[in-house]
Amino acid sequence: MPEPTTPTPWAAGGVGHSPIRPDAEAKVNGAFDYASDLAFDGMLWGHTLRSPHPRARIRSVDTGPALALPGVAAVLTAADVPGKLHYGLIEADQPVLAPGEVNYQGEAVAIIAADTLDLARRAAALIDVDYEILEPRCDAGEAVAAGDCFRYQPVRVGDPDTARAAVVVAREYEVGMQDQAPLGPESGVAVPAPDGGLVLHVATQWLHSDLDQIAPCLGLEPGRIHLTMAGIGGAFGAREDLSVQIHMAMLALRTGRPVKMMYDRAESFLGHVHRHPARMRYEHGADADGRLVYVKAHIVLDGGAYASTTEAVVGNAASLAVGPYNVEHVSIDAWGARTNNPPCGAMRGFGGVQTCFAYESQMDALADALGLDPLEIRRRNALAQGDQLITGQVVDAVDPDKAAAGAPFSPLRDLIDRFADLPVPPVPAGRDIVDLPGGTGNTTHGEGVRRGVGYGVGLKNICYSEGFDDYSTARVRLELGGPEHDGEPVAYVHTAAAEVGQGHWNLQQQIARTELGIRHVVLLPNDTKAGSAGSSSASRQSYMTGGAVKAACEAVRELWHDRDLADGPIEAVRVFRHRATKPMDPVTGQGESHVQLALCVHRATVDVDVELGLVKVVDLTCVQDVGTILNPVALEGQIHGGTAQGLGLAVMEEIITRDGHVANASFTDYLIPTILDMPPMRLRIVENADPDAPYGLRGAGEPPTLSSTPAIVAAIRDATGLPLTRVPVQPEHLTVRRPS
Amino acid sequence: MTQPATGPAAATAAVTAIRVTMRVDGAEVAADVDRPGESLLSTLRDRLGLTGAKNACEQGECGSCTVLLDGDPVCACLVATAQCEGREVQTVVGAVPRPVRDAFVQRGAVQCGFCTPGLLVAVADLLRREPDPADARIREALAGNLCRCTGYEKIIDAVHTAAATMAGDRP
Repeated sequence: MPEPTTPTPWAAGGVGHSPIRPDAEAKVNGAFDYASDLAFDGMLWGHTLRSPHPRARIRSVDTGPALALPGVAAVLTAADVPGKLHYGLIEADQPVLAPGEVNYQGEAVAIIAADTLDLARRAAALIDVDYEILEPRCDAGEAVAAGDCFRYQPVRVGDPDTARAAVVVAREYEVGMQDQAPLGPESGVAVPAPDGGLVLHVATQWLHSDLDQIAPCLGLEPGRIHLTMAGIGGAFGAREDLSVQIHMAMLALRTGRPVKMMYDRAESFLGHVHRHPARMRYEHGADADGRLVYVKAHIVLDGGAYASTTEAVVGNAASLAVGPYNVEHVSIDAWGARTNNPPCGAMRGFGGVQTCFAYESQMDALADALGLDPLEIRRRNALAQGDQLITGQVVDAVDPDKAAAGAPFSPLRDLIDRFADLPVPPVPAGRDIVDLPGGTGNTTHGEGVRRGVGYGVGLKNICYSEGFDDYSTARVRLELGGPEHDGEPVAYVHTAAAEVGQGHWNLQQQIARTELGIRHVVLLPNDTKAGSAGSSSASRQSYMTGGAVKAACEAVRELWHDRDLADGPIEAVRVFRHRATKPMDPVTGQGESHVQLALCVHRATVDVDVELGLVKVVDLTCVQDVGTILNPVALEGQIHGGTAQGLGLAVMEEIITRDGHVANASFTDYLIPTILDMPPMRLRIVENADPDAPYGLRGAGEPPTLSSTPAIVAAIRDATGLPLTRVPVQPEHLTVRRPS
Repeated sequence: MTQPATGPAAATAAVTAIRVTMRVDGAEVAADVDRPGESLLSTLRDRLGLTGAKNACEQGECGSCTVLLDGDPVCACLVATAQCEGREVQTVVGAVPRPVRDAFVQRGAVQCGFCTPGLLVAVADLLRREPDPADARIREALAGNLCRCTGYEKIIDAVHTAAATMAGDRP
C-alpha cells in the first residue's frame, strides 16, 4: 500500500481529496435503486425468447399457445418491430428480433410481456419456433480466409522482411473470451407516457447512444423518448450495447403498461457482448543488445455474429500492437472476424488487452533468449519523448522534471525505475494453508510449490480515437441556497454521464467545489434532458465530463464576478472536446489516432503447485502514471479492480464455446476472482501531469487490466519453465508433460 | 430458472397459495406463496418489494443476496420461502451495525455497490463471531461474496476499520 489516505469530510472535498461518495450511504443501507430494483404500479414483466442454435433459418414462429396463457399480455416477433429492424453502436446490423435467421446462440427471437416474470418465462417455452439448423462458422481464422471481417487494419513501417536481427522469437498466442460479469444484471423499465411516447429507466454506459439506436427502431421521434438513468451495478463495457432497451419499449408501447425486464445470470451471459477472443502470431527480431529491430504480427479477433464495437477494437489492437516500445520495422495485420460465435465488443481494456499479453510475452521471450533481465529489455526499448508509436504518432509526454538534462524523458523508464525500491516480497515462514496454491482444499503443505516473479507493461489509449468526435456536455446552475444549505450558494450540476461505480458523481461534486469555492453541490439525475456526455468507457469520463463540468463551472465563476446571486441564479452550459485525432490510414495504419496514452507496470509474484497445476498469486505490485490524482481512494479502487480483472483473465476467466454454444453461462462455471484469489496489492502511483488534460489527469481505469495479465503469466512461466502462450492458464496447461 | 417443469395445463390450473409468516428486519410480514419452491429472495424482492438483498446469480455463488436467517448467514436465493415460517430474516436493512456501514463508506469499499448489501451482512456476521479477524480469516469468511469492482483490497480495509471502531465502542 502507498501512504494510507484519510478521507476528508464531505464539506472539504475538492479535487485531490477523497470525500464520501454521494451514493455511498444509499448503497450501504439498501435504499439505492438499481435498475433491477425498480417497480411501477400495473407493471408487466418482459422476457426474451432466445435462439438455442448458433445458426439457423427460422421457418415459422407460432406465438398462439403463448398468447393463450392467462396473464400473458403480448408476444412480439420481428414482424412487430415498429421501425427499423436493426440497431448497433457503430453499424446498425443487429436485428431487434431475428427476422428470418439467427446467427448466434442467444439471439433474441421473440419477446413476451406477462403479469409475472415466471409466467413470461413459461409463455416463452410455449412459443413454437421451427428452425432449420445450419452449419455455424465458429473459426475466426476461416472467416478471415473467407474475407468475412468487420474490419481489417494493417500497420506498415519500414521493411521488416529485409531487416536483420540477431535474435528472433516467433510464437502464437491465444486469449480466451472474457466476460465483464458485472454483478447487476441487465434490467430496466419502460413506462408509456400520456403523449404516446416513453420514459425508459435504463442502466447504460451512454444514454444518448441508446436513444440514437432505440428511436429509429421504435419509429418514434427521439424527442418523444426520455431516458433516465437507473442505478448501475457495474458495467466494464457490458452496458455499451443495448440489451433490454428496445424490447421493453416495444412491449410497453404494445400493452400501454409499464414493462420491466431483468435478465437472470444465464441470460446475462447470452445477452451482452464479451471481450474478443484472439489468436495472434507474433515474430520479434532484436539485435544482440535486445533492441527491437522488427515486429511482425497477425492478430485475429473474433467479433462474433454482429458488429458491435469490433471496428474500434481492431483499431486499438493494431495501433497498440507492439506496446510502448521503439521498433523501426513493423508489419501488423489485424482482423475482426465475423462468425457465429457470441458477439464481442467492449470490455475494459478494449483491444489493448489481447495484444498486450502477446507483446509482453514476446519481450520476455527475447529477454530469455538474450539472458537479459525482463525490466532491462523493456527499459532499452522504451518509447521516450519525441519517439513515435508504430502509427507515426509522436510521444508528447512531458518531462516532469524539466531541469533534467540528457536523454529525452521516457514515461515507461520512469515507471520501471520505481521498482528499484519496491522489493519482491519474501516467502513468509510458517505459511497458513490458505496462502498456498489450493488453499483450504488442503492439497499441499508446500511440497511441489515453486515461486515465480514476472512483469507486465500495458499501453492504453484514453478517450475515443481515430477521428471520432468525442465530446461531453455539462450544465451548471449556481443559486443561493435555502436554510437547508445554510443560505450558502448551491451548484446544481446536470450531465448524462453514467456512474457505473467508478465514482464519477463524486468527482463532479469535487470539481464544482474546487472551481466555485463552495460546499454544496447537488447532482441532478442523469438523463437525456442533458446533452450527451459520451460513454463511461475508454477511461474517458474524468477527462471528458470532468472537463465539461470544469468548463461550465469556470464560466459560471466568470459571470459570478459581476453579479450578485441574490439577483438570481447563474447558469452555464459547456461542451468539452479533447484534441482532434485522425483516422488510421487503411493501408499503412499511419495517423495520430490517439488522444492520450497511459502506462501501467505490474509485477506479479506467484506460487505454483507444479504437480497439481494450481496457481496462487501472492503479490501484485503496480506502478501507474495517472497524471494527477483527483481522488486517491477512488483511484486506488480503480487500480485494484482493474488489476483483479486482469488476474481473472490470467488464470480463470473464459467463456467456453463449443460449435458456437456457450458452455458455462453461470457463476458456477464461469469463475471470477474471489477475495481468496486476490493477493494484497501494493500501488505506487506516479503523477506525471498531462498539460493537455483537465487538471493534468490521465485516464486510469483500464491500464491495470492490461498489465496484470502478462505479469501473472510471466511469473507462472518463471515458476514452471513452461512457455504458456494461452490465457487463461488452466491447471492442465501446467501439468501435461511435454516430450523433452 | 425457478419454474417447475410443467406443461401449459398445469400452468393454467389454479394453484393453491400457502401463507408464510415471518419477521423481516423486525417487522412481521406475510406472503402468499403460490409457486412451489419459491425462493426467499424472490419473495422478499418480487412479492414484498424489499429490495435490499440483490439478485445476481440465483445459484448461491455470488453472495449478493446474503441475509441472516435466525442469525445465520444464508443465500436467500437458496432458501425456500416455505422454510421460513415463523423465522427471523435480517437483510442489510436490519443486520448491519452502523460502524460496519460507515467503514465501507469511509474506506472506499463501495463502488457499484451491488455486492455491498450481501457483503455487509457477511461482515456483520463475521465480526459478531470474531471481533478482530486477521486478513486470512476475513478472506475465508468473505470467500462466498463476489465483488467485480474493488479487487477486495478496500473491503479488507473496511473490515479492519469496522472491527477497530466496534472494539472502541465496547465498554
